[in-house]
Formats: sequence, C-alpha cells, structure tokens
Amino acid sequence: MSYFRAENLSLHFGGLKAVDAVSFAVEKGEILSIIGPNGAGKSSIFNLISRIYRPTSGRILFEDQDITEEPPYDIARLGIARTFQNIELFENATVLSNLLVGRHRHSTTQLWQELLFLPSVRANEKVHRRRVEQVIEFLDLEPYRDKLISGLPYGVRKVIELARALCSEPKLILLDEPSSGLNVEETDDMSFWIRDLKNELGVTVLMVEHDMSLVNRVSDRVIALNYGRVLAMGSPAEVQQHPDVVAAYLGA
Amino acid sequence: MRFMFKTDYEDDIRLFPHSGYVVTYGVLLALLLIAPHVLSSYLMSQLVFVCIYAIVGVALLILTGFTGQASLGHAAFLAIGAYTAAYLQKYNVPFPVYFLAAGLLTGIIGAMVGFPALRLTGIYLVIATISFALIVEEILARWESVTHGNEGMRVKTLSLLGVAVPRDSPTFYYLCLAVLVLTIVGTLNLLRSPTGRAFVAIRDSETAARSMGVNVALYKVKSFAISAAITGFAGVLFAHKLSFISPEMFTLQLSIEFIIVILIGGTFSLHGAVLGAIFIVMIDPFLTYLKDDMPGIIAGIAATFGAGTATAGNIQSSVAAFASLNGLKGAIYGIIIVLFVLFEPLGLYGRWLKIKLFFQLFPLYKRATFKRQKIYVKSERNR
Repeated sequence: MSYFRAENLSLHFGGLKAVDAVSFAVEKGEILSIIGPNGAGKSSIFNLISRIYRPTSGRILFEDQDITEEPPYDIARLGIARTFQNIELFENATVLSNLLVGRHRHSTTQLWQELLFLPSVRANEKVHRRRVEQVIEFLDLEPYRDKLISGLPYGVRKVIELARALCSEPKLILLDEPSSGLNVEETDDMSFWIRDLKNELGVTVLMVEHDMSLVNRVSDRVIALNYGRVLAMGSPAEVQQHPDVVAAYLGA
Repeated sequence: MRFMFKTDYEDDIRLFPHSGYVVTYGVLLALLLIAPHVLSSYLMSQLVFVCIYAIVGVALLILTGFTGQASLGHAAFLAIGAYTAAYLQKYNVPFPVYFLAAGLLTGIIGAMVGFPALRLTGIYLVIATISFALIVEEILARWESVTHGNEGMRVKTLSLLGVAVPRDSPTFYYLCLAVLVLTIVGTLNLLRSPTGRAFVAIRDSETAARSMGVNVALYKVKSFAISAAITGFAGVLFAHKLSFISPEMFTLQLSIEFIIVILIGGTFSLHGAVLGAIFIVMIDPFLTYLKDDMPGIIAGIAATFGAGTATAGNIQSSVAAFASLNGLKGAIYGIIIVLFVLFEPLGLYGRWLKIKLFFQLFPLYKRATFKRQKIYVKSERNR
C-alpha cells in the first residue's frame, strides 16, 4: 500500500474537466513533483486534497484511510499541511502569530481555560513557542519574528508560508509553486530547504512547480499533467524526454 | 527608545511586556479609583457610560476587529441583556445570578445569530445583523407579558449582597469599572491563546485558516457567542444605570454608535474600544455646549469684527437655529466616520501610536512608517 494515494480523482466544472481521472501514489519520504502547462489542473489537485474543492468522483487515501469526505479543517489534523501559490498569510498579524496558527492542530485547551489563562494554557503556549522557534531557526527567520506580514517582501513571505506549514509538524506537505516570484538565490535556498525537509525532518513532499531546474534538483519522481490528465510519470529525466510532455510544452 | 531583550518565551506571552506598562496602567487605575472623590456627579455619570460603551466596544472588537465579522446588531444584544435583568429582577433573583444569566442567554442567542451568519460575508452579514436587531426591537415592543411593550420596564435599584447600590453611587461606578477591567483582561487572555489567533486567522484568510486546521464555522460561532455574552453583561449595567428601559432605546442608532466606538477608537487594539467610548460619550455634552453657547460666542466674534447689533443678532439666531436642527447628531456622526475612514483608518489609538513614535524617534520620524501596502485577499475566488 502506498503512503498517499489518489484514485481516479476527477473535478468537473460543468463541462470543463479540470482534473480528469487522475491516479497517482506518493511513497513515504519521497519528493514528488507535479508539472504541467498553465491550466493543467495542478493546483486543482492540491485544492482537492486540502478539500477546498469536493471531487466530482474518485478517492483520496492517506495512510490507508479514506479522507475524501473529511471536512477541510480535519485534513491538517491528519498531518497534511500546505502552502499556497499566491501567498495566503494572515496579513495583519505578526510573523510569530502566523506561525503559532500553524500550531493550531496541536492545541488542546478549552475556551474557559483560555479566558482565565490558566497555568495549563501558559505551559502549552510555551511548548508551541518552542516548536515555532525550532522552525524559525530551521528557515533562518530570526530577523522577522515580531514584524507584521504586510510590511515584508515577497520572498520572505514565501518562506514564512513554508514555516507556518512546518509548524503544524506535518507528515505530508503540499507545496504549491514554492519558487514562484523568487529570485535565483532565493530559489536555491528553497531547494536546499525542500531537501532538508525530506532528509532532516522526514516529511514527505508533494510539490507543484514550474521551475524545471528546481524540479530536477529536488524531485525523486515527477508527474506531468495536461488538460487534467496524467501524461507521464517517472524520474525527472524520463518525464522531460517523454514525447507527450515535449508536445504539451512546445505544441508540436 | 527602549530596547527589549527577550530571554525567555515568557517574554512573548506576558500581558505587560515591560515595567513601563505596569507603571502607566497602575497610575491610570489609581486615577480611575479616586475619580469619584474628585469629579462632579455629572462627569461620574458620563464615566459610567464610558465604561459600559467600552465593554460593548471590546465585545464588538472581538467580533469585528479580530474575527472580521461586521455586526450592526449589538444594540439588540444589549437589549436582551437589559431585559433579562429587568425581568428576573421582578422575581427577586439576586444580582450575581441574573447578571450571569443575562450573559449566558445573550451568548446563546449570539451563537444562534452566528449560525446563519456562517454563509454571509461583508455587507450581507451587516444586513442580516440589522434584520436581527429589528426583529428583537419588534419582539420587545409586542411581547407585552414579559417586556411590557412600549411602556417599558422599570429597573429596581441594584442590590449587591443585600447592600443597595444606587445608580449614581461610587460603588456602581466601581462595579462597572471592574466588569470593564475583567472583560479586557479576559479578552487579552483569549487573544494570546489559540482561540484568539484562530479569530485573527479567519479575519485575514479563511482558506488558509481552514488549511491550518481551524474549524472556521465553529470559531465564527464562538466569536459571535463571546461577543454577544459580553454585550449582555453590559446590558445589565446599562439597565441599572438608566433605571428604565423601553424598546426605543435599543434602535439601529445605538448599534451604529457602537460601530463608531471601534471605528474611531481603532479596530486593531483594545485601546481603541476605550478611546472610542470616551469619544462617543463625550460628544453629547459637546453638542449640548454647541447648542447653548456657540450662537452667543459666534455673534460676539462677529460683533468684535465690526458687525452691527442687528447683523450679530441675525447671526446668533441663525446659528441657534442650525444647532437645534433635527438630526444634526446623526449628520455629525456621519461626517466623523467618513473623515476617520479617509484620513485616520487606524483610529484614535493609531493616532496616539504615531504621536508616541514621533517623540521616540525625534527628529527621525518618517510618515511612511504606518503606510501599508494595499491588501488583496486572493482566496476570495475559492468561496
């Protein structure tokens, strides 16, 4: 059995088949990239997994559990975290409180306890704070802890989104175009971090990406999509030489 | 400037980040405690209203400022709290019991309002809450067996543990102050724990909040319930302060006043609720002053600049006519809101922060410090 599996996943908007019977599997501890031209259905697959969209048909399985009908907020509780293509941070909050929201799935305190800020709440807060600090250290975010998101440059926000996802201590992380809008140096950093995710933290990574150099550097396997269908699957080199993939990109 | 060196995670959690805060708030509390011995009874009465409005302001900040759910129905919650108190008082229920009962009932009704509000955002939510307020107003006017309809209800003097607390006594003021302080502390506690952060997350991006494991529906309902319950507590105090309540006291105008409290105070910090409350309560005496003294003063100024007695008399009567126009108060509220939204979106508290920073950084203050990039929420399309 695979760690994570999508079976015949489809998403139709009326007659438009955004995702059309896509099946793939992610093994534990691998980095799987999804590539494809604009509108191929890459982000839609992510939105299906995190339950922003409801699949028209098909199943999603994670650790042998069917999560197709789980409510969206339970997906994080199961250990799946994600980032967004167009940064979705909490703009008017500090970096620290953004990252602490990432800890939400681990919070156990009740409302009345929080109103009184009982010692148990305080102790929990310190645990959350320590975990957040570990992520801050991992991603070199020390200079920004108390800054408001709305004043930060794009590149930093992108890293903070990754940090927020990591704060939830996910088993599987979905990265939606981690390098979009980043310059060459920042993309380099991102590629190191993605590999560290796998090697140091043991997180499984599912990634949508356009930057082929980043895909080549970090991916174990690649899936190419076009018009909501899987064109090719395999190692980065294999997929890039696949005639259908070349045709999809170059229009031959 | 003070530089803080944090050495412990506790430093990020504590209510007073450094000793300066303890001193400032200690002095403020001391001043508030000796106020009844210094201020006139009229000002004391205004101060009680400041406390009550500030409590509602804090409640509205939780809902609107931190969770991002607009409400024009808070006058209704206040009414439910006030009427619960008046009704239970008839059956000789002691104050602590009906105080808590009012909060509980209002909280439950707030949660019930929260459910249909789950699918509404922005202007539609505002309309829904207005409808709720109108329904409550109508029920208060028609359910005569309980509310005595438009005749209104008399509220007996508050009796705390067998001791009578008249509505203009210092003890009543201390009670209001205590409720306000407890509300603020409770809210601050909430804001530094997971629930408060979930509220802010919902305000800034529902999609991201959901993907981080926040049950958006549950927390919206929680926010409505907490906000309504606090307003219910304020309602009990409001009823006692007025000693008589009737449906026409809890109109849309009152809800708008509450919105003004947080808009003018500043929606991003609890300071805003208090500053806004001071503003809204003090605008009444100001308008009275305008009505009584301004015509004479303006006529006097005109006379010194060489206007004849007849012209000065004309000016005086026309200014007096203007000052006693119907709806002048509403117009002034409107103008104030527009000016604040245009020129000081951060409110009075934002202005105070700017002034403070100006002196801290003098002469290096930059106006751009508080400028923010325009924010586009990208996930709107996922709705």
